[in-house]
Amino acid sequence: MALYRDEGVVLRTQKLGEADRIVTLLTRANGRVRAVAKGVRRTSSRFGARLEPFMHVDVQFAAGRSLDIVTQVETLTPFGTMICSDYASYTAGTAILETTERLSAEEREPAVQQYQLLVGALRALSGRIHDSGLVLDAYLLRGLAIAGFAPNFTDCARCSTAGPHRLFSVQAGGMVCGGCRPPGSVAPHSGTVALLGALLAGEWEIADASDARSRREASGITAAFLQWHLERGLRSLPLVERVYRERNVIDDERQERHDVEAV
Amino acid sequence: MYEGVVQSLIDELGRLPGVGPKSAQRIAFHILAADADDVHRLATALNEVKEKVRFCVACGNVAEAEQCQICRDPRRDQSILCVVEEPKDVVAIERTREFRGRYHVLGGAISPIEGIGPDELRVKELMTRLADGSITELIIATDPNLEGEATATYLARLVKPMGLRVTRLASGLPVGGDLEYADEVTLGRAFEGRRQLDV
Repeated sequence: MALYRDEGVVLRTQKLGEADRIVTLLTRANGRVRAVAKGVRRTSSRFGARLEPFMHVDVQFAAGRSLDIVTQVETLTPFGTMICSDYASYTAGTAILETTERLSAEEREPAVQQYQLLVGALRALSGRIHDSGLVLDAYLLRGLAIAGFAPNFTDCARCSTAGPHRLFSVQAGGMVCGGCRPPGSVAPHSGTVALLGALLAGEWEIADASDARSRREASGITAAFLQWHLERGLRSLPLVERVYRERNVIDDERQERHDVEAV
Repeated sequence: MYEGVVQSLIDELGRLPGVGPKSAQRIAFHILAADADDVHRLATALNEVKEKVRFCVACGNVAEAEQCQICRDPRRDQSILCVVEEPKDVVAIERTREFRGRYHVLGGAISPIEGIGPDELRVKELMTRLADGSITELIIATDPNLEGEATATYLARLVKPMGLRVTRLASGLPVGGDLEYADEVTLGRAFEGRRQLDV
């Protein structure tokens, strides 16, 4: 039985049989891997908490016919312990893990950039340096950008006319000029556009200084943009603990303040 | 493929968790070869479990009456409530004979990735039970995994303003294990929860 070793982050676990689990990991060299951890649910398991979601581990697999088998695990960073002690971080973290799994659709397809982004996001979340909602939105925007769906928050996403522009269109993939505006475009606040740009570029000074209204609007736009590209929504996103819920933001804003440009 | 009822039995057995097609076939032929009385007892037990068993209106545990045996027992300590994820956890704790309070079964743990949030669990019922003021200590005995920990964190935060004593089951090294194989999280917890040896 061929053995191989890699480092990875545990994305999801599913119960299997009496005491086993199927563990899904995003690994550095082998992309998304699903493997069986035998006896991991027993209290005397030598794997212990190492194969819980969020754990960053050095793991050895034995290649199997359909699923590989986890043979040894060492902890690199116990992100899970730090993340789950704060409920908001936990809910944001699970949305990050679910997005990672969805963005790495093919098993065993190396995704080094997604892996590095995931480890960075979990490190930021566990360190509690930034608001967990901002870390989540930054991860979602940058994860989509790596997957080939980078939003454009400066120039027109359709005709590339230099910005700044006032309207945002999920379908067009970013800000749009007055001539290109598709139906359903929204006009976010200028602070929101600046925040979205900062989250995508990793400019945390700007992101940390943003106000609650911009954060709320940015999370709504990010969720809508994510859902558009993933084609179906994340289960965990509506359960993310924020002061507000992303799902209703665009609709709320439509009623409250903004112009919806129906062409 | 077998004829009629034999194939139906194999198909039905194959739908049980952990039973594959080969196991289903083996069990079906065991039933065919077994004594008729034994098979009748099994069929009666299966029917009765669906007809008689329901969930306790107070705690959510499996019961044969409106309330489970534990909730009906007046000798139980009414001031301590132990929160568990599933009815099987009640049985596990009862086997220890260490706990004499009552239980509250949540029906799972918070798992956003599976779409399970606090609204899908019996959290509202728990808050209603705590509201009457008779309970002074809440023991959170959710599974010692990440989802269980997050559920415990959520409940503790929710209950804190009520002024109750909220405790969590200790976690640490399993009896019969080797220290060198203990993972960092478990070993860390064991250090946090260390206690003085009274000799």
